[in-house]
Amino acid sequence: MNIHEYQAKRLLNEYGIPVPKGYAAQTSREVTTAIAHLGETQKVVVKAQIHAGGRGKGTFTDGFQGGVKLVDGREAALETANRMLGNTLVTKQTSPAGRKVQTIYFTEACEIQHEYYLAIVLDRESAQTVIIASTEGGMDIEEVAESSPEKIVRVPISTTMGLRHHHCRRVAFELGFSGDQIKQFARLLTGLYKLYWENNAMLVEINPLITTDRGDLMALDAKMTFDGNAIFQHPRIQQLRDLNEEDPKEIEASEHNLSYIALDGNIACLVNGAGLAMATMDIIKSCGGEPANFLDVGGGANEDQVTAAFKIILSDPKVEGILVNIFGGIMKCDVIARGIVAAARNVDIQVPLVIRLEGTNVEAGKAILKESGIACTPADSLAQAAEIITAQVNS
Amino acid sequence: MSILVNKDTRLVVQGITGKTGTFHSKQCLEYGTNIVAGVTPGKGGQTWEDSVPVCNTMAEAVREHGANASVIYVPPAFAGDSILEAIEAEIPLVICITEVVPVRDMAEIRRRLYFKNTKTRLIGPNCPGIITPGECKIGIMPGYIHKPGRVGVVSRSGTLTYEAVWQLTQRGHGQSTCIGIGGDPINGTSQTDAIRMFNEDPETDAIIMIGEIGGSAEEEACEYIKAHVKKPVAGFIAGASAPKGRTMGHAGAIVSASGAGTAEAKFDAMEDAGVAIARNPSEIADALLSIYKG
Repeated sequence: MNIHEYQAKRLLNEYGIPVPKGYAAQTSREVTTAIAHLGETQKVVVKAQIHAGGRGKGTFTDGFQGGVKLVDGREAALETANRMLGNTLVTKQTSPAGRKVQTIYFTEACEIQHEYYLAIVLDRESAQTVIIASTEGGMDIEEVAESSPEKIVRVPISTTMGLRHHHCRRVAFELGFSGDQIKQFARLLTGLYKLYWENNAMLVEINPLITTDRGDLMALDAKMTFDGNAIFQHPRIQQLRDLNEEDPKEIEASEHNLSYIALDGNIACLVNGAGLAMATMDIIKSCGGEPANFLDVGGGANEDQVTAAFKIILSDPKVEGILVNIFGGIMKCDVIARGIVAAARNVDIQVPLVIRLEGTNVEAGKAILKESGIACTPADSLAQAAEIITAQVNS
Repeated sequence: MSILVNKDTRLVVQGITGKTGTFHSKQCLEYGTNIVAGVTPGKGGQTWEDSVPVCNTMAEAVREHGANASVIYVPPAFAGDSILEAIEAEIPLVICITEVVPVRDMAEIRRRLYFKNTKTRLIGPNCPGIITPGECKIGIMPGYIHKPGRVGVVSRSGTLTYEAVWQLTQRGHGQSTCIGIGGDPINGTSQTDAIRMFNEDPETDAIIMIGEIGGSAEEEACEYIKAHVKKPVAGFIAGASAPKGRTMGHAGAIVSASGAGTAEAKFDAMEDAGVAIARNPSEIADALLSIYKG
């Protein structure tokens, strides 16, 4: 689960990490209040809050340039915020449709001496926590890893021992800090590790971490990802979820325990199992079709879930055909067939429907579909099902 | 004619009295799996379904009933602890079916498995389980699609594995053992581990590897295949049509923003290792049968 920059900065602040003073606003009234906190002529950074990187270099759909702007004083801040709020920002990390900006974050600008990169990440390959740091801050760390890997410091941290002073010292010296900065950095990294550990984060990233003109450390931007599997242990973090950042169909699906991802094509699929669902998308594509979604109904879907799945699929106006692919294991084919029949009666399906059933109780399932008289084409294999649906949709 | 499980496997079910545990344990019993005990803390001394003794701890299940494999159906919040309990009981094989286990739990377990004194192999989590057809079924796969034979199958997916197995069975080819290693990014047994075991198993003549986008498990397996495996291997990767940066149902199935973990890179690695490639999920068995006559 991802959170916004302004939420991440509040967490950083709670864990004793210096951040610039900032104010978030979601309505024009809140914008006015936030701006009142700023000085009359102070330099201010106005930042659009969306769950995607590359905001500074992004473009709004109305042509306005940049989702992060440095401006002079209240008036300019107000004007810039009004251009951003409610506008749609497209960055290299968003889809071409972009993301609607529903929160603006104002922060006090500060003089930057140098920009660093600092992150703590749960590395899946090595199954351990790793501190990643670099003197090349302010840019995409993956680009730095590619162009100058020698400038990246990686320090693994034992899960059982945790972060120790020597880790802090090592990273501080590798980044070239001296004097009081080393103490400041040790405090900062200790706080960041605590934040990471206590909240089951997968990633906490400060980019850039800066030294100010006075040589003090400060977090200028932050990104955090928390483990969705552990979120039940952290209700406070769960409250930071922003449903505006998610596709409404995906939210609806998650409420029915379905795993759904909207895609750009016109052939919807309804499958049991994530691997088979991906493989079904792949075979649609190899037959010359375009999948409209990924949808895994899981191992034990009931009639209600199947109905919900059809409703979600059909709420996408791009859908011109549906492929149902079920390999019954635990899920019995007769149960899914009854679900499909019920859904067909509840939901008005006006597009071609191809159904491939295999596995447990397959004969009973096929009989139920046949007797119901619902309009659908049965298929005996996955290949046949994909060929039929693509032919029907493309004709 | 198998790896890891056979007719001598003595299974303990962790979470046997729960709804999921009960349902699948009945199916496994019907298939002929020898379930010697169940574990549900606080229900020790009871008898499950009038046939299987319930213990309070894994230590007891191993000591009193000689269990040599365990399967876990407990909820995600407690699954990590159950795996660790099984490891401490020094049981040789643990299969964790449970999905959405917190990632940090899995990271800690992964490190624990590296300890020199660890006697346990973990399969999963988030997996369908393991079956040696005709001898022992542990997990949630439908038994009847399998047939005893000499093809080893390893996969990150559940139902996609059934698809491949069913293709083999329909074409008259049985399986030595089928292992679902699970769809999580941090798991107990890798594609390479499974392929090494199949390669060393005299009763396995050919291997099918089913992968997914994300991570580098298939690339690593291909390096191993290239260096060590003489048996015919066929493979498929699911997710060629998936968009970047999105997790496709399985937590491990994600092509990173930088483009690592694509299906194309994995197909390339398979090609380089001489693996027969199925570009299409309906051609997995045929890809193998193009290089293996059985």
